[in-house]
Amino acid sequence: MTVYGVMAEFVSAEALLAAVRKARAAGYANVEAYSPFPIEGLAEAAGFRRNWVPAIVLGGGLVGGLGGYFMQWYSAVISYPINSGGKPPHSWPEFIPVTFEMTVLVAALAGVIGMLMLNGLPRLYHPLFNVREFDLASRNRFFVCLRADDTEAARAFLRGLEPLGVWDVPQ
Amino acid sequence: MMADIAAPLKRWSYASVSDKIADIVLSRPTHWLWFAAFGIASLGTIAFIGAIGYLFMRGIGIWGVNIPVAWGFAIANFVWWIGIGHAGTFISAILLLLRQRWRTSINRFAEAMTLFAAGIAGIFPILHLGRPWFFYWLVPYPNVMELWPQWRSALVWDIFAISTYLIVSLLFWYIGLVPDLATLRDRAHGRWKQITYGLLALGWRGEARHWARFETVYLLLAGLATPLVVSVHSVVSLDFAIAIVPGYHSTVFPPYFVAGALFSGFAMVLTLAIPLRHFFRLQEFITDRHLENAAKILLACGWIVAYGYFIETFTAFYSGDEYEIAMVIDRLLGVYAPVYWTVLLCNVVLPQILWWRVARRSAWTLLAISLVVNLGMWLERVMIVVQSMHHDFLPSAWGNFIPTVWDWITLAGSIGFFAFLFLLFVRFLPAISIFEMRELVREEKSA
Repeated sequence: MTVYGVMAEFVSAEALLAAVRKARAAGYANVEAYSPFPIEGLAEAAGFRRNWVPAIVLGGGLVGGLGGYFMQWYSAVISYPINSGGKPPHSWPEFIPVTFEMTVLVAALAGVIGMLMLNGLPRLYHPLFNVREFDLASRNRFFVCLRADDTEAARAFLRGLEPLGVWDVPQ
Repeated sequence: MMADIAAPLKRWSYASVSDKIADIVLSRPTHWLWFAAFGIASLGTIAFIGAIGYLFMRGIGIWGVNIPVAWGFAIANFVWWIGIGHAGTFISAILLLLRQRWRTSINRFAEAMTLFAAGIAGIFPILHLGRPWFFYWLVPYPNVMELWPQWRSALVWDIFAISTYLIVSLLFWYIGLVPDLATLRDRAHGRWKQITYGLLALGWRGEARHWARFETVYLLLAGLATPLVVSVHSVVSLDFAIAIVPGYHSTVFPPYFVAGALFSGFAMVLTLAIPLRHFFRLQEFITDRHLENAAKILLACGWIVAYGYFIETFTAFYSGDEYEIAMVIDRLLGVYAPVYWTVLLCNVVLPQILWWRVARRSAWTLLAISLVVNLGMWLERVMIVVQSMHHDFLPSAWGNFIPTVWDWITLAGSIGFFAFLFLLFVRFLPAISIFEMRELVREEKSA
């Protein structure tokens, strides 16, 4: 049987954080940690380096804002100039509301879609769901999953951390 | 303050808060009162759909609108509903940025309230168009007529503001729901429930890197939504303020409208929170302290609104403009004067009860006040929309607006439809954010 990884269950956020740190210190490069709520510092401890979400939101905002303004300028000055109340075609103060709304809209859409794509979601099936106990990861339990070639050693290592239990995750 | 809010959570654990909130949706038997309320709300929804259908058949002549009052209940309802839709994002976004942790147990249903109210609000300007089937002409799209929207029109700003607000509110609400949907998926027993919640949860697993990106995007959405909330009602107010009609043409309108929106929005939060916590026994999550904080915000917003009323009247006389002065005198003494004085009673006089701690601590007093404020804010919208138009420049152009039965059915139907959506929400989705409650439990434990 090929395994996805070896998983251990803990009762507290502190125990999970400690387990992740020990696993990284022991040389496990591919450590995944699962918790029912966000835990400060856990992602960094598990080897999370670069969070691209802020850059994506910034990019989305720039595209939305510049695109929104360009759309109005192009339509009011080039494509369809129309004299409205004697205002100049490029009456920029009146282009601000739509520019602002487009900035927010595209930034928000980019942020959410970017977050989901970077997280690899939606992904309805995942090997972890094969472990029955993993249902508690969304309730009150904390899991660490080591992905290593030497599953025997990983199992022994995790047992040494005194978890509630250790399981093989079938592929 | 923080300790006070979370103190009742001392007896709770990660498991028990999760089960308590999830089981309201998953396993608690549906109360007969829910069915009764849902039945009434369904009738309202049918009336709403019926009124809209009749409108599409016969045209806006079924309403009381005519010249000079071309904007009637539809626009007043629009402004009222979109105002109600402000408190949700205010609670979720601004209070998140200000690290007001007490928001945690009320943000989810307030966001749902926002979404439903803003969605209903968005229907009204479309209904009010003479030819509603052409509403998409407001949106820029490549078309064979080679036409573009008029960017200098406040109505075009409006559709951008409202649709952006709706989409961003939906994203904010849904993204916050995803981890809780995963909890429901993992806890559900029935097959169809597992599949439905499973599909909606997008396969959320709670991996540390996922949480990190999730928290970042949640915070950034809050940052984006904060100016958005302020912008939406400002843009709505520009629909009026850009015009030269006395009573519309006023620079105080944007802040006055935003404060009014928060005022009615917090009133609606109380209107919904008090029965919600009563029927689902959530007093330990939505504490008296929460209600008291909401009441204080209500009081503060009420004073900004009162300032708006004052400055409108003052500016009319200070300007020396005879049309503005005539409009204000008509507002105080004319045919719509009872509306104005009721507005002052509901929005300025009665909320002063909230200065007393006893009143702020009494859920049923708050519920009564919140209903009074909802009524007062609706009347205020009617006053601004109708009374300004009925008495503009030339006496020969003056005229009165009398709502028809269809005006009333559409209003009542929209309230029924709102209740319909909200009742479905509390039955099928967690009304309190579960993962954020777990965070509060953790803080309380380590404190």
